Order: sequence, then C-alpha cells, then structure tokens
Amino acid sequence: MTSLRLCIRRSAVADPAGPADRVELRLPSDVDCIEEAVALLTHHCLAGTRAGGRMRFRLEVVLAEALANAILRGNQEDPGKSVHVAVLLRAPDIRIEVTDEGHGFDPSLVPEPVTPHRIREERGRGIFLIRHLADQVVFNERGNSICAILLRR
Amino acid sequence: MSYTASRQDDITLIRSEGQLTVNNRQELKTMIAERLEKGERRFVLDFGETGYIDSSGLGALVTIAKQVREHAGDLRLSGLNDDLRQLFELTKLDTLFSISPSASEALAGF
Repeated sequence: MTSLRLCIRRSAVADPAGPADRVELRLPSDVDCIEEAVALLTHHCLAGTRAGGRMRFRLEVVLAEALANAILRGNQEDPGKSVHVAVLLRAPDIRIEVTDEGHGFDPSLVPEPVTPHRIREERGRGIFLIRHLADQVVFNERGNSICAILLRR
Repeated sequence: MSYTASRQDDITLIRSEGQLTVNNRQELKTMIAERLEKGERRFVLDFGETGYIDSSGLGALVTIAKQVREHAGDLRLSGLNDDLRQLFELTKLDTLFSISPSASEALAGF
C-alpha cells in the first residue's frame, strides 16, 4: 500500500443543527489510498462516540464507494487531480461530502444493478450501495460531488 | 489482501485474507483464470478472514463465477460475516452464488 500523508483538518463549526465538528481530507487520485483514507476518516468520525458496528459498517461502505467513484470515474485516476472529502459531525447525523475534479455525471441515468438483466454485470453497484446504506443522498448539479447523510440511530 | 490456495481432492480452496477491493480484485481474477487454464473446475472461495468486499470486489466475483461456469465448473463461497452477507443480500448476489457458512461445509456440498 502507498504510504500516505493524508492531512486531516478538524474544526468546530456553527451549524443550524447545533455544535458540529468538521473533518476535511484531500487525497490523490490513487485507489491504493482508499483503504487508509476510509480507516482514517472512520476513526475521526466515530472517536468518542458509542456508535455500534452497524454505523461503522455503513460509514465505511459509503466512504469507500464514494472515494472509488471519485477516483475512478470522476478523476479517471489522473494524478494531477485530487478528491476532497468534507465530513460534518453533527449530533443527529454524519454528513459526508465527496467531490472530484471530473466533469460529473447524471445520477438519474445510473441503472439499478439488481434487475435480472444487469445482475451479472461486473460494474455498477457503488452508487446503489451508497443509496441503500445512507439515509439521504444528494448530488450537486454538475454531478461531481455527492453528499450522503447517515443518521445516528 | 492475500490469497492462499490448496487442493482437497479435486476441489480448489482459496482462502482470502484482508479486504477484496478495487485495488486487489485483479489478483484474484488472474489466480482463478490460471487455475481454470490448468484444468481445475471446482472452487471454494472462503472469506472467513475477510472483513470487507467493496462493489468492485463483488463485481469481480460475478465475473469469476461467469468464467467458472463457461468452463463447466462450480464456484462456491463461504465464511461471509454478517456485514458481507448483507452486501450480498442488498445487491441480490445471494441469489447468484451458493454460499455456505464455513469452508468445510462448502467443500462437503460438492
């Protein structure tokens, strides 16, 4: 695995939902970075909380799939481009925003991978998993930034 | 991630350790393709020591299953933890694969 210098910035911010912490990370367009980035972000997101295994699992899957999409599809592994992650840790939820430097895509055109004629396809399950494990998923208009919200329940 | 292969009668047991993800799925695909070329047809892929499989890893398993089937072979999975089972159920891949709780049960199922 590539040894990374992932720079995490953590700061307290004012949010309408109450006091919140913001964690930011910028990582290169290299799939070898994903595992370490997910571990680092998950650690920062759950430190000091009593989150169970279910929350950890949802967080890890959402982060890993969003980062893989940003690196592979968005930035197309261009070493000159990076991926920005901003996580807002609020009392009721965790809000994850992953932005790449690609042209974006239309998420409404992503087909469901579980239909009989698509289930044997190799690709196309990442966004599906994010949509099913996060409580809310929103893309920006350009389609190069995904925002996933996970309720702490 | 590492893969350890052993032969039991005419069944190839491959134990996966670590994570099966976008950056190592090709290694597993190559390993199975080489063994198919050598004439091996029955496979058990054990994930008892695997914490996580991402969507690329799931996709690789779909492709591997297709290749094994094209060679008139049989592929079975085992040892999926609760989280991994949930991923298979969400993506309906539990309907495509024969999944056993343990490698020994998968081997006995042939």
